[in-house]
Amino acid sequence: MRQAVLKEDGGNTAHGDAPDSVASAPGQGDTTLPHTGAMQYAPKTDPFLSPAGWMTLAILALITLVIVPSLFVFVPEQSPFHVSAFTVTLVGKIMCYCIVAVAMNLVWGYAGILSLGHGVFFALGGYAFGMYLMRQIGRDGQYQSDLPDFMVFLDWKEYPWQWAFTDHFLWALLLVVLVPGVLAFVFGFFAFRSRIKGVYFSIITQAMTFAFMLLFFRNETGFGGNNGFTDFKRILGFPITEPPMRATLFALSAAALIGSALLSRYLIRSKTGRILTAIRDSESRLMFSGYNPLWYKLFVWTLSAVICGIAGALYVPQVGIINPSEMSPANSIEIAVWVAVGGRGTIVGPILGASAVNGAKSFFTQSFPEYWLFFLGALFILVTLFMPKGIVGLAAQVRKLLRKERASEQSG
Amino acid sequence: MRGRDNAPVFATHQDGLRQRTLVPQAFSLTDGMMLRGFFGKLVLAVAMTVCLTMPARALDAEAVQGLASEELSDRIAAIDAIAAAGDEAALEILELLYNGEVYVTEEGQVILEFDEIVDAVTREPLDPEPDYYDSVIVNNLMRGKLETAIASLSLLSDDRDTRFASAQALERAEDPKLLPVLAKALKSETDPEIRAMLAQTKSVIELASNDPTVRLAAATALADSDQRRVRELLAAKLEKTSEGEFIEPVEEVRLAAEDSMKSIDRRLLLIDYLGRLFSGLSLGSILLLVALGLAITYGLLGVINLAHGEMLMIGAYSTYVTQTIFKNHFPDAFDFYVIAAIPVAFCVAAAVGMLLERTVIRWLYGRPLETLLATWGISLFLIQTVRQIFGAQNVEVANPSWMSGGVEFMNVVMPYNRIFIIIFSFFVLALVALMLARTRLGLFIRGVTQNRTMASCVGVPTGRVDLLAFGLGSGIAGLAGVALSQIGNVGPDLGQAYIIDSFMVVVLGGVGQLAGTVYAALGLGVFSKFIEPHIGAVLTKILVLVLIIAVIQKRPQGLFALRGRAVEA
Repeated sequence: MRQAVLKEDGGNTAHGDAPDSVASAPGQGDTTLPHTGAMQYAPKTDPFLSPAGWMTLAILALITLVIVPSLFVFVPEQSPFHVSAFTVTLVGKIMCYCIVAVAMNLVWGYAGILSLGHGVFFALGGYAFGMYLMRQIGRDGQYQSDLPDFMVFLDWKEYPWQWAFTDHFLWALLLVVLVPGVLAFVFGFFAFRSRIKGVYFSIITQAMTFAFMLLFFRNETGFGGNNGFTDFKRILGFPITEPPMRATLFALSAAALIGSALLSRYLIRSKTGRILTAIRDSESRLMFSGYNPLWYKLFVWTLSAVICGIAGALYVPQVGIINPSEMSPANSIEIAVWVAVGGRGTIVGPILGASAVNGAKSFFTQSFPEYWLFFLGALFILVTLFMPKGIVGLAAQVRKLLRKERASEQSG
Repeated sequence: MRGRDNAPVFATHQDGLRQRTLVPQAFSLTDGMMLRGFFGKLVLAVAMTVCLTMPARALDAEAVQGLASEELSDRIAAIDAIAAAGDEAALEILELLYNGEVYVTEEGQVILEFDEIVDAVTREPLDPEPDYYDSVIVNNLMRGKLETAIASLSLLSDDRDTRFASAQALERAEDPKLLPVLAKALKSETDPEIRAMLAQTKSVIELASNDPTVRLAAATALADSDQRRVRELLAAKLEKTSEGEFIEPVEEVRLAAEDSMKSIDRRLLLIDYLGRLFSGLSLGSILLLVALGLAITYGLLGVINLAHGEMLMIGAYSTYVTQTIFKNHFPDAFDFYVIAAIPVAFCVAAAVGMLLERTVIRWLYGRPLETLLATWGISLFLIQTVRQIFGAQNVEVANPSWMSGGVEFMNVVMPYNRIFIIIFSFFVLALVALMLARTRLGLFIRGVTQNRTMASCVGVPTGRVDLLAFGLGSGIAGLAGVALSQIGNVGPDLGQAYIIDSFMVVVLGGVGQLAGTVYAALGLGVFSKFIEPHIGAVLTKILVLVLIIAVIQKRPQGLFALRGRAVEA
């Protein structure tokens, strides 16, 4: 089915603008392209969620917050209703990715800012909470020292300044929000102030990502260099690998995901949200109307970074490791493809996309590791070429195609 | 013991002996790896000269007998005694000893093994041949001694290369016993380079002399040196012992040493800067090659091609394939495979680029962010394809013989391959500049870059120009791949290492003018290499990023952007 769709679409476009015609000019031929159509902001008269929407939300919340954790913790392993630790971890992990996708969608889907640096915010949140987790290991490490193993290994005698107060849970939580937030604010302020946008901005964020990765690879940076943090034991004194803690983290991730989705829905319906979509669609026109886009962009960019940081903090205790490869530029670009696959500018799209791509990733890396890159590469190309609205827009796309076909049949 | 009796010179230097023993050890342990290979060649070269001229047999029998001793000190004394004779026979036996070809019978007779077994001194064949004999044990300590002795003996050779090699080998020697040999060699030496080396060695040895005037002269003479090691020696003169007294008691010597040290420091700093400038230019020229193609496509189409790095990789692999073809089919012309690889890499990369433009990028015009993602997908695809074909490991691309080695200028070694790349990138730059300025396609590219609509209105086939320009940009990246294959590893991830830096070049330089790219590439290259020794490579990268963002605050479109209506496009 999809094959046919692809072909037809490709054919149409080919007929639409002849290769050498004026229409292929950048910035001009895009009036026919689906840049704005499906991504309209919700009119004010719409309810926040439809009754069916509320219902779905309630069911999902019930499943993820109550049912799955209880099945995991209370149902014995022999029972067919038991949910395995593997499933809980995998789904928990994917939910964290979904939160990142929701955050990415805020800046890319609504404000039109493609960030190739969200992996950094994610990892920074993870590192911030990871420091607390490392402190919680206490003397249970390999070297039975008060310091984390890697510091003993490097022959450090005391915690460097970055680690100050990280043994306090609340300070760690604050860092999870503050570190990505402050970085995003400072970086964004200088970037947006000088009106860097479009691909320029993407490239600069990618360079930032690269620089951060290199920085965290160094031992002297004080975050375990190459190996990062691992071997966590407990949170607030509770063992981290025991089912109750895992279930709690799972439920927290689900809550954070639902919360961030609702937040972005709320934001997009607000006046700020409308201005953000206006920035995406025509920034110059917005400026001519007397708005200064700087603060709106900066707000949504920083908010998005903070959400990413929270996702990272939930992610690290579940997977049990954080290292600088999380910051690699490739990871950050992958986040963009989750959103693109699901459908930009929608609430469910990013969540669907992140789940689908990461589900596929788990499948491929287990079954056909050598084809994963092919699949991912093809996904990047095909989605951008043929599914500009992602999975969410697929139905509408197919309907439109069918209608066209029928029309041509009738006329022909 | 007997050896020492025969060589009274040792008696006076008895104290020095213990100290001196440290030197050859350090010699053979730290620099041994390098010197061993060098010495092998030296010994071979000397051996050949020696074989040609029949050696005069004037070996001191008693000294040679010392080699048979069980005591290490006796054997060392024997080496010194043999070396003191200073003739070719001595040189020959020392080399044989160095190669482990001097033997001892059970009776303690020192013998050599040529076609038959002969006595080491008399060269009389042994009759009957001994049943059992063993090499003289040469340990590291003796090896160090031997190296010095052989080098000092071959200092008087007629062959310039042999003399140069031995002067080089003696550079680290600190044995005062060498002084007469050095003085003799200096007297007859005509080659200025060797003279300078010998004079420095002599001064370094003399710096430890007991005579203050000799030390003063040596300290003054060492001002001409350009070696860090000499500087450290001089610096040691200025230090105090734990009792608070100067190691060097005479103040004039200290002052002279300090002056010399300063002059060495100045020279070292200059050399250091020259070295950094060269590596900066080298990095800059690579960045230039990589960024050139990028600047053209970005300027023209307004899209960022994240697969640009993979065009480098394709160029490098084209070089690899060309090399393999040459190796298998034209081994005689192997040295010229790089020349052949240049057009091959250009064409392959350009073809791949044009294919991508037609199949993917063309359909995304006007959606630059999506293009970014799609080209990233392409890059993943290409990396994995290359991995499947050539394997995930790096492949080996050898330098042709005319590109290995390097030229030394003021102690800065400039490898030929790096020089080649600098020249090559400027050659490519000149070609591109000519093409843009003088050809019809160049005119079209400039026109479309400046104002696409207007160009299209006056009949420029913008679609075809896009295609060709994309091919051109990719082809230049392929050329950069040829260059990179000559200095680094060729693997599927090759392009990833350079892509972000070259984007920074484009962001800094702005698009639309080649000059911007050139200045930005060379500037970034030289700047990075000048900063790197102080704060490390990682912090340099971060600093560069911060600086670029700072520059963009003032000049949002890059340092050398086009001005006018085209800018907002």
